[in-house]
Amino acid sequence: MKIDLNTVKKISHLARLEFNEEGAEKIQKDMTQILDWVEQLNEVDTIGIEPITTMSSEVNVMREDVVGEHLSHEAGLLNAPQRDSDYFRVPKVLE
Amino acid sequence: MLSAEVKNKYELVIGLEVHAQLLTQSKMYTSDSTEYGNLPNTHISVITLGHPGTLPKVNRKAVEFAIKMGLACDCEITRHNIFARKNYFYPDLPKGYQITQDKNPICVGGIVPITMPDGSKKTVALTRIHMEEDAGKSMHLAGEVDTLVDFNRAGVPLIEIVSEPDMRSSDEAYAYLVEIKKLVRYLDICDGNMEEGSLRCDANVSVMLKGSTEYGKKVEVKNMNSFRNVVRAIEHEFERQVEMAEANIEIISETRTFDAATGLTASMRTKEDLNDYRYFPEPDLSPVIVSEEWLESVKASMPALPRELHHKFINQYGLSEYDAGVLTDSKEIALYYEEVCLFTKNYKGAANWVMGPVKSYLNELTLHISDFPISAKSLAELIGIIDEGKISFSVASQKVYPEMLLSKTKRPIEIAQDLNLIQESDEGSLMPIIETVLSENAAKVVEYRSGKKGLMAMFMGQVMKKSQGKADPKVATKLLTEILEN
Repeated sequence: MKIDLNTVKKISHLARLEFNEEGAEKIQKDMTQILDWVEQLNEVDTIGIEPITTMSSEVNVMREDVVGEHLSHEAGLLNAPQRDSDYFRVPKVLE
Repeated sequence: MLSAEVKNKYELVIGLEVHAQLLTQSKMYTSDSTEYGNLPNTHISVITLGHPGTLPKVNRKAVEFAIKMGLACDCEITRHNIFARKNYFYPDLPKGYQITQDKNPICVGGIVPITMPDGSKKTVALTRIHMEEDAGKSMHLAGEVDTLVDFNRAGVPLIEIVSEPDMRSSDEAYAYLVEIKKLVRYLDICDGNMEEGSLRCDANVSVMLKGSTEYGKKVEVKNMNSFRNVVRAIEHEFERQVEMAEANIEIISETRTFDAATGLTASMRTKEDLNDYRYFPEPDLSPVIVSEEWLESVKASMPALPRELHHKFINQYGLSEYDAGVLTDSKEIALYYEEVCLFTKNYKGAANWVMGPVKSYLNELTLHISDFPISAKSLAELIGIIDEGKISFSVASQKVYPEMLLSKTKRPIEIAQDLNLIQESDEGSLMPIIETVLSENAAKVVEYRSGKKGLMAMFMGQVMKKSQGKADPKVATKLLTEILEN
C-alpha cells in the first residue's frame, strides 16, 4: 500500500510532528514499507477466528476500588519541562 | 427577534450527552484517590501521568456502577466488553489518548421516562451508556502566559449517557436532566452536582420544518454548567438556527460553546481541523466479561428506583400523583417517608407531615434529611397521638413538634404530657367543667333552650378557657349538646 504525501501531512499533523520536504519523503517511504510488511498478515486465512484485542487470553483482570499508593506531588512534577510549585505549565492553550 | 409564526414552522430536535462522574474511591484504571478539592497534582500516579511502561487496570466498582445505570434505564448489558483508545493531543490528557469504549458500550439502548410540569409523560430513548475516564483540568488564567494543568481529575471514572434525538423542547431536555440526576443519586453512583462538574451535559441541537422526516444538521453545544443554562443554550440555538434557515444560510455541523454571561453560543472549531480520533481497541486492558452471576449480584444490590417508589406511593399508600412526585424528588426524603409509613397507617397524614413541617424545617436550616433530629418512628408516634385525639394538629405542629426537634430522646406523648397538652376527651373529667360553665351561665342556658342556638359557641369558648385549651372539642360539643337538649 502506497502512502502519499497528503496522508503524511495529515498523519503528521495529528501526531503533532513536523517534517521538511526531505523528511516527509523519507517518512513516506518508511510508512509504505511498514504497511507493506504488515499487509503480509492479509495472506493468513482468518475465517471463523474470533478477533482478539490483547495478546493475553486473560479476562476480567480488575482492581477492587481501593485507594493505593500515589506519586508524591514533587515526584510527579519532577520531569515536567515547565512547572511551578503547584502545576504543570504548558504553552497557553486558547479555548 | 423571530415572530412566533416563523418559529412555529420549525421543530426543535435535541439529543443530550451527559457525563456523570462516578462516586468511586479510586480512579478508573489506577488506584489514585478521586477525592475532590485537594491541592493540585496530589492525586497522581505514573499511570495518570502517562509514563511509559505503565499498565492500567480496570476498577471493578466503576463497571458495576455503569451496569446499575444500565439496569435502571432498561438497557441491554453488553457481556463482552473491550475498551478503546480515543487519540487526541491536549495538555490535560497526558497519555495522548483517552481510554473509553467505542464499538461495544457496556449499555446499549434503554429508555428514560420523563414527566413534564403539566403531568404529561414521554419516553426518551437512549443510544448507549459507556465507560471512560475524565481528563485533567486546564486553567487559562488572565495575566498568565502559560496554561496551568492539574491532573487530580485525570482518570476519574465517568459514564457517558447518550440519548437519541428524542426531545422536542428545552422543557423536555430539562425534565430529562432532572430524571438523570434523580437516577444517579438514587443509585448512589454520582452526586449529580452540575455546578461542581460531577454531572456535565452537551446538547446536540438541530431544527427542521414541521412535518419533515429528515433532521437538520446538528450543532453540538458545550460548556453549560447548570440545568438552567442548558435550557438557555438550547433556546438560543433554536433561534439562531431558525434565523439561518429563514435566511437560506447553510447550517454547518460544528461544536459551539455557550457563554453564560451573554446567553449566546460561539463556534469552537472550524471544519479544517475536524477531529480524527483514530479509535482502536486498547491493547493494555483485557476484556471485561459480565457473567450471569455478576449481573444477578448487581441486580440484587439495586435500590428502589424513583419511578418504583412513585408507583408504590400512589398505589399502595393512596397518595396523589403530585404528592408522590414531591416525595420521590429526593431519595432520602422518599426513604424517610417510607420508613414513617412502617409505623403508621395514616399514609396521607405522614405525607403531609413530611412535605410540610419536615421539609420546611430542612429548607429553613439548609439541612439534609440525615441531619433531621426526629426519627421516622417518633414522627409516626406524633401522627398516632393526633389520630387518637390526644392532641390537635395545631397543638402538635406548634407546640410538640418544635420540642421534638430540640429533644432527641423524649417521645411525643411525653412532651405532650410534660407540657400539659393532652386533650381532655375523658367524659368523666370534662363533665365537672361543663357543669360549672352551665351553672355560671344559667340565664344563657334558658336563652339557649328557648331557641338561641348560637350560644353554643359561647359555651364552648368557656369550656375551652376553663380547660386551658385541652378539652377535646368533639367530646365537649357532644356533652354540651346532650345536657342542653334534654
